[in-house]
Amino acid sequence: MSIELRNVTKRFGAVTAVNNVTFSVRDGELMALLGPSGGGKTTVLRMIAGLEMPTTGDVFIRGQRVNDLSVQQRNIGFVFQNYALFKNMNVFKNIAFGLKIKKWRRADIKARIIELMNLFGLDGLEQRYPHQLSGGQRQRVAIARALAPKPSVLLLDEPFGAVDAKIRQEPREWLVTLHTELNVTTVFVTHDQEEALEVSNRIVIFSRGALEQVGTPREVYEQPANEFVARFIGVMNVLELEVRNGIGRAGELEFPAPGQPEGQKLRIGFRPYSVQISSDLTHYRYHAVLRHTFFLGVLLRVELELPSGLIVRARMSKEEYAHQGLEDGQYRVLARDTAGLPPEREARHELPPSIAEHI
Amino acid sequence: MVKWLLVLIALAFCFVFLLLPLVNVFAQALTKGWTFYWNSLAHPDSWAAIRLTLVVSAFTVPMNVLFGLAAAWAIAKFEFRGKSILITLIDLPFSVSPVVAGLMFVVLFGLQGFFGKWLDAHDLKIIFAVPGIVLATVFITFPFVARELIPVMQATGTEQEQAALTLGANGWQTFWHVTLPSVKWGLIYGIILCNARAMGEFGAVSVVSGHITGQTDTMPLRVEKLYNEYNAPAAFAVASLLALLALFTLALKTFLEWKQAREYERAQRAVGYQLSTPPTINHSK
Repeated sequence: MSIELRNVTKRFGAVTAVNNVTFSVRDGELMALLGPSGGGKTTVLRMIAGLEMPTTGDVFIRGQRVNDLSVQQRNIGFVFQNYALFKNMNVFKNIAFGLKIKKWRRADIKARIIELMNLFGLDGLEQRYPHQLSGGQRQRVAIARALAPKPSVLLLDEPFGAVDAKIRQEPREWLVTLHTELNVTTVFVTHDQEEALEVSNRIVIFSRGALEQVGTPREVYEQPANEFVARFIGVMNVLELEVRNGIGRAGELEFPAPGQPEGQKLRIGFRPYSVQISSDLTHYRYHAVLRHTFFLGVLLRVELELPSGLIVRARMSKEEYAHQGLEDGQYRVLARDTAGLPPEREARHELPPSIAEHI
Repeated sequence: MVKWLLVLIALAFCFVFLLLPLVNVFAQALTKGWTFYWNSLAHPDSWAAIRLTLVVSAFTVPMNVLFGLAAAWAIAKFEFRGKSILITLIDLPFSVSPVVAGLMFVVLFGLQGFFGKWLDAHDLKIIFAVPGIVLATVFITFPFVARELIPVMQATGTEQEQAALTLGANGWQTFWHVTLPSVKWGLIYGIILCNARAMGEFGAVSVVSGHITGQTDTMPLRVEKLYNEYNAPAAFAVASLLALLALFTLALKTFLEWKQAREYERAQRAVGYQLSTPPTINHSK
C-alpha cells in the first residue's frame, strides 16, 4: 500500500468536511478522488500532503504513519489547482527549487532538470517566466517541479480545472502516458466524472464528506454501491417501486420482486442503454411517447414518457434510431415482455440510499 | 470651453498652492547666494540636525519594516481572533494627533512618568534624548509599511508558499525565496513613504526632543528654530533639503507605481484569471 487512510475525520469548527474515511491507494496506481464540489475530496488530498491535519484517524504513506510528520518530511509532490508557480522565478528556477532546498549538488540539479524538461517537452523554455507560458506549459512545469525531488507520491488538485474544457483531452492523455512511464503513485482530485472514468485506475467517490464507493471505473459504473453513485456516474433511470403480490410497480411499469414483503418500497435503477425501444406494437408491452432526443455524437439519448407521466431514458446508436424510424413526438413502445424493464435482470440495480444521507 | 475652464482652474490651483511654495523654498534658500546656502547647511548645529535625522530614520525604517512585515504577514495569511482589532491598531497612528503621540511617550518615560523613576535610577534617558525621538517616529510611521503590504500579500494568496512547503522548504526559506520577492515593490514603496515621514515628522518629535540645539534637533525642528530666530535664508536652506527629499520620494513613488502596475498585469496573465480586487496602492496618507 502506497497511501492509506484509516477512519480519517476532519472538522473545521462545527463543519465536518471529511467523515470517517478509510481507503488505500496501491503502489503505482493512478487514483481519482471524485465528488461534487464541497464533497471533501480536496481536504482528503491536503491531509495526505500534510497541508491539513486530520481531526481524528491516521494517514499512512508507504506503511509509515505520517500524522506527526510535517509537509516537508512527507516526501510528496503536490500540484495546486492554479499551479502556484513561483512568479518571480523562471522555469529552471521553479523546477530547481525543491532540489536546492534538498541540497542536491549543482551538477545533479542541472542533469535532473534537463531530464525533466526533455520528458515534459519543455526544452528551450528554461528562461521563461510563468507569465510567458501557455496554460498547458504551466501545468507541465508545475508537475515537473513537483516530481523533480523524486517524491514517493504525486498529488494533483483538479489538474485540468484551469484548462479550457475543449482542450482537456490532450492533457488527460498526457497524464496517463506520464503515469505509465514514471509509474509513480498518483492521486488526483476532480469533480468531473467523465475525467475520472477516463484517466484513473480506480476511483474514490465522495459526497458531503463521506466515502460512497471505491472501485475501478468499470465497477462504479456497472455496480454503483448506492443511489448517489448511480446518479453521479453517468445517467441512470431511478424508480421507486411498491411491492404487491411479488411484483414491484411504479406507474404502469412492473418488475418481478419475488420474496419481497407486501407493501415494501424499493428503489431501483437501470442504465439507459439497457432499455429497448421498438416500433413493433405487437411484441412490446409498454407504450410511451418519445419526448426528446439528445444528440451525443455516435449515440443518441431519448426521453420517453409513459401514459402515467413516468419518464424513462434510453440510449441507442444513430443507426438504430434511423432504422426504427424514430422521431420526437411519436408514439412508441418500449420493453418486450412481463420480465419488465430492462429485459436483462443483471442490468438492474437495487439502490440503497447514499451514505451521506444518513449523516 | 467648460473643459478648458476647469483645467485652467485646477492648474492655477496647483500652481499657487503647490508649485509656487515649493519653488519659493528654493528661491528663499538661495537669496543670499550659494556660499551662504552652503554655509547654512555646514553650520555645526544644522549639520548635527541633518545627522540626527539620518540616524533616526536609520533606526526607524528597519524597525518598521520588521513590524510591518510581521503584521501584514499575520493579517494577510492567517485567520485569528482579534484580527480586526489588530487592523484598527495599525491605523491608530494615522488617527492620533502627532502631538498627542509625543505626549504619550512623555507620560510613559518622562521624569514624572510611569517608568520615569526607574529609568532615572538606572541612568537611562529616553525623553529629551535620541531614544525618545526614535520611539515617537516609529509610532508615527508604523502604518506605512504594513498598510502597503497587506493588500499585496492578500492578492498573492498562500498557494505559492504552500507549494514551497511541499517542496521541502522551511518557514524561513519560504519567506525569503517566495514571500519577500512577491511583495518586493510594495515593500520598497512602503519603505520610501515611511522614510519620508520619518525624516519630516515634526509634532511628535517636537514634544519629546526637548529642542537641545546641536543634540536633539532634527531637521524639521532646526528649520523652525532658525525661522524663529529670524534667520529665514538659513531656515529655507535646511528646508530645501526636506523639499528635495519630497521630490525624490515623489519620483520614486511614481516609478514604483508604474512598476507595480506592470507586475500586476503580468501576474494576472500568469494566473490566467481575474483577481477579484487589484492590489491598489493606498493614497490616503
